[in-house]
Amino acid sequence: MKKLIIKLLSFIGLGLNIVPAILVFSAEMNPDTCKQLMLFGTILWFVTAPSWMNNGQEDASQE
Amino acid sequence: MEKNRSLVDRLNSVNEYEQEAIPGNRLKGWRSFLGTYAGEHTAGTEFVIGPLFVAHGASAIDLVTGLILGNILAVLSWAFLTAKIAVKTRVTLYYLLEKIAGKRFTFLYNLVNAGLFCFLAGSMIAVAATAVGIPFDMAMPQLTDIYPNNLGWVLTVFAVGTITTIIAMFGFDQVSKFAMVAAPWMIMVFIAAALAVLPRLGVTDAGSFWSVAESTIWTGVPLEGQSKFGFWHILFFAWFCNMAMHIGMADLSLLRYAKKWQYGFSSATGVFLGHFIAWIASGILYSLFLIESEGSLTFAPGPIAYSAVGVAGAICVVVAGWTTANPTLYRAGLAIQSINPRWKTWKVTLFVGLFTTIAACFPALVMMLLEFVALYGLILMPVGAVIFIDVYLLEKMGLKSNYAQASGKSLNSAVAITWLVTLAFCLLLNLMVGVEIFFLGLPGWFVAVLVYVIASKITQRK
Repeated sequence: MKKLIIKLLSFIGLGLNIVPAILVFSAEMNPDTCKQLMLFGTILWFVTAPSWMNNGQEDASQE
Repeated sequence: MEKNRSLVDRLNSVNEYEQEAIPGNRLKGWRSFLGTYAGEHTAGTEFVIGPLFVAHGASAIDLVTGLILGNILAVLSWAFLTAKIAVKTRVTLYYLLEKIAGKRFTFLYNLVNAGLFCFLAGSMIAVAATAVGIPFDMAMPQLTDIYPNNLGWVLTVFAVGTITTIIAMFGFDQVSKFAMVAAPWMIMVFIAAALAVLPRLGVTDAGSFWSVAESTIWTGVPLEGQSKFGFWHILFFAWFCNMAMHIGMADLSLLRYAKKWQYGFSSATGVFLGHFIAWIASGILYSLFLIESEGSLTFAPGPIAYSAVGVAGAICVVVAGWTTANPTLYRAGLAIQSINPRWKTWKVTLFVGLFTTIAACFPALVMMLLEFVALYGLILMPVGAVIFIDVYLLEKMGLKSNYAQASGKSLNSAVAITWLVTLAFCLLLNLMVGVEIFFLGLPGWFVAVLVYVIASKITQRK
C-alpha cells in the first residue's frame, strides 16, 4: 500500500511537469503558475521515484 | 557491516568485469537498457544540437524526415551490429580489441578514444554549467567563443565537473540508477518547455504548428556564417552522431550486460525521445530566443530553458548534462584502465574527470559540437569495421580471428593499416573532393572492411 501511494505521488509529480505546459499552450494557465507547478512536480518526482524505480531495475535484472 | 566499510574499500570493490566475460548472474534485464539509453540520449547535447540545426538553416520537412530515417538506421546499427557482437563475446571493446589488434595498438587506440570521450563529456559539463551559473548572474558563452572568458565560468564548470566525476567513480550501477530515475522526467520537461513557448511563436492550436514551423522555426535559411543543412545532412547526422557507439562498437561495454541481442533495439528509446522529440523541442526554444533577443550571439541552454519553464528547465539542463557526462566518463575510465588493468577504476575515473573538467572550460567544445560529434564517430569507426569482420568473416575465409592473441603478437599490423588507410581516405575525400565530414562515415566503413580483409590475408600469410 505504501509503495502504491509513493508511485502515485511520483506520477502526480510527472504529470505536474507536463499538464501545466499543455494548459499554457491552450491559454488556460499563466506561464508563471506553470513554472511553479513544474518545480513542485520535479521535487515530488525526485523525492519519490528513486525508491521504487531502482527496486524495479533490480527486479528486471534478475528476471 | 556494509556501512562500516571505508569509502576507499567501497570504491575498490567496484568490479565492472573489464578483463573478463560478464558472468550470467550479472546480466541485466531490458528495463535497465531502456532507462540507460533514454537517459543517455536525452542529454545535454540535445540542448545544443537542436538549436544548431536551426542555426544551419534546416527546413521543417528536411528535419522531420531526415531525423525519422536517420534514427531508424541508428537503431538497426545498434541491434544488428553492436548488440549481436556484444552478446556473442560478452567483453568490452577494449578487451576484444586487445585480442584482435594486440596490446600496442590497443594502447594507442585507448588513448585516442579516452581523449574523445573526455571532450564529449566536457561539452556536457559545459552545458550543465550554463544552468548552474544562472543564480550567480554568470556571463554566458557566445557562439563565437573559443577560450574561457571569465572566472565565474571556470569556477562553475569545476563545481559541475567535480560532482559528475564523483558519481562516475562509483561505477555503472550508480550511473544506470540515476539515468533511470531522471529519464522520464527529462522527456516531460523537454516537451513541456516547447509546448509552453509555442504561443509566443504564434502557434495557438495544433493545426497552426506546421505553418509556423516552416515559416518561423525551421525557415531553411542559415544564420550568417553557418553552412546550409539539407535532408541528407540531417539523415546522416542522426545516423552517425553515435557512430562510435554502434558501428564503432563502443557500446559493447554496455550491451555485454544484455541477456539477448534484441535488447539493442532498446536504443530506440534514446534516439526517438532524445534525437527526435528533444532536438525538435530545443530547436523551438532556440528559435524563440533568436526572435526575442533579435539575433543575440549568446548560446547558453541553461537560461533558454529557464526562460521557458523556470527552475525545472534549468535543473533539466543540469541533469541532462550529467546523464550523458557520467557514462561517457565511465567509458573513458574503462579505456584508460585497460592500458593497465591493475589501476583501480575509481582512481582512473578521478584522473579522467579532472582532464575532462579542464577541457569543459573551453566553450568551443559546445559551439563546434556537430563537427566534433561527426569527427569522433569517424575516428573510431574503422575499429568497429575491424571487429565486425573479425567476429563474422575471417574464420569463414580460412583466416584466424583474434589474430594478435593467436599469434602472440603485440601489434596486428592489419588493424593499424586499416585504421590509417581508412582515415587517410576520409581525409582525402574531404580535402580533395569536398565531401563534408557528416558523410564520410559510410564510404569509410566499406573502405575499412576492404582494407582489413586484404591486409589480414597478406599479414597472416606471412
